[in-house]
Amino acid sequence: MSAHTDVHAAHDGHDHHHDPHDEHHDDGIGHVSLKGYMIGFVLAVLLTAVPFALVMSGGLKDSGTTALVILGFAAVQIVVHMVYFLHMNAKSEGGWNMLALIFTAVLVLITLSGSIWVMYHLNHNMMPALMDPRNLP
Amino acid sequence: MSDAKSYDTYNTAAAPLRFHQETEHHPENGTLLGFWLYLMSDCLIFACLFAVYGVLGRSYAGGPTGAEIFELPLVALNTSLLLLSSITYGFAMLEMQRNRVNGTLVWLAVTGLLGAGFIGIELYEFGNLIAEGNGPQRSAFLSSFFTLVGTHGLHVSCGIIWLITLMVQVKRKGLIGPNKRRLWCLSMFWHFLDVVWIGVFSFVYLMGVLP
Repeated sequence: MSAHTDVHAAHDGHDHHHDPHDEHHDDGIGHVSLKGYMIGFVLAVLLTAVPFALVMSGGLKDSGTTALVILGFAAVQIVVHMVYFLHMNAKSEGGWNMLALIFTAVLVLITLSGSIWVMYHLNHNMMPALMDPRNLP
Repeated sequence: MSDAKSYDTYNTAAAPLRFHQETEHHPENGTLLGFWLYLMSDCLIFACLFAVYGVLGRSYAGGPTGAEIFELPLVALNTSLLLLSSITYGFAMLEMQRNRVNGTLVWLAVTGLLGAGFIGIELYEFGNLIAEGNGPQRSAFLSSFFTLVGTHGLHVSCGIIWLITLMVQVKRKGLIGPNKRRLWCLSMFWHFLDVVWIGVFSFVYLMGVLP
């Protein structure tokens, strides 16, 4: 019996978790439900159909606005997939899942916005006076 | 799991270890976290490819623009196939949770067929583009397009191979702990690819055809 408590104490300390053992996985990544999948699927279908319909019908006149709407729908749909299909929540794996996700999201944002920003301004920042062949020795 | 076990080994050296093995409470912990980290690194690969496309996506070099070559009905069909395959994989997971081998296998097969349909349509699209002389060498736009969409297609193809392998394993060994863990990993992989596809159809196809 002392072995039993030892093992469990070690485990609890390891996971920072004080739930009874049997319930440990029901709130985490180890349980799926039909309801969750169906909610996610219906939301995903809606969030996919609307931007497709918008573009294929030529709905909005302004391309910039349409692009923003498309990106907005995509961002919401990504969150829907994360929550209902990938079962992300702050508790799974003791929060390490979420931490890795946030870290990656920051890197992705820096990569995307940084690349596009820098390359967009590249031609202005290349010092055209130096690039002109007439100025080269 | 192996992580937690080795931790216990250090702390309870005197305790009989089989005690922990008898209670299969943690079939997936360490592996799933590790697999999640792999997916995040894969996410960075796709982020780089998206950034490349974002930079080069309007460099047509006198070649065709996205509006001229993208066929949105085909993309819509592809998107629905992938979305459907996500929910059918979900059904497979539900069957797995109820320990029904046959139900799991049937839904996995449906998922694999939908994925194969997706790849088939994508190859058809690529084939058409290349036949019309709009291959990856035509312009920077098409190079980045083929790289990004092709990398995603390659991932889906690998996912299908993995799925078939798992079907054989489930058929042979049943829904044992390790197989359930593998199904969980493939589940994350498959849904992750759907997430990437959201970015592809929004950023590449839908925004590509805007005037």
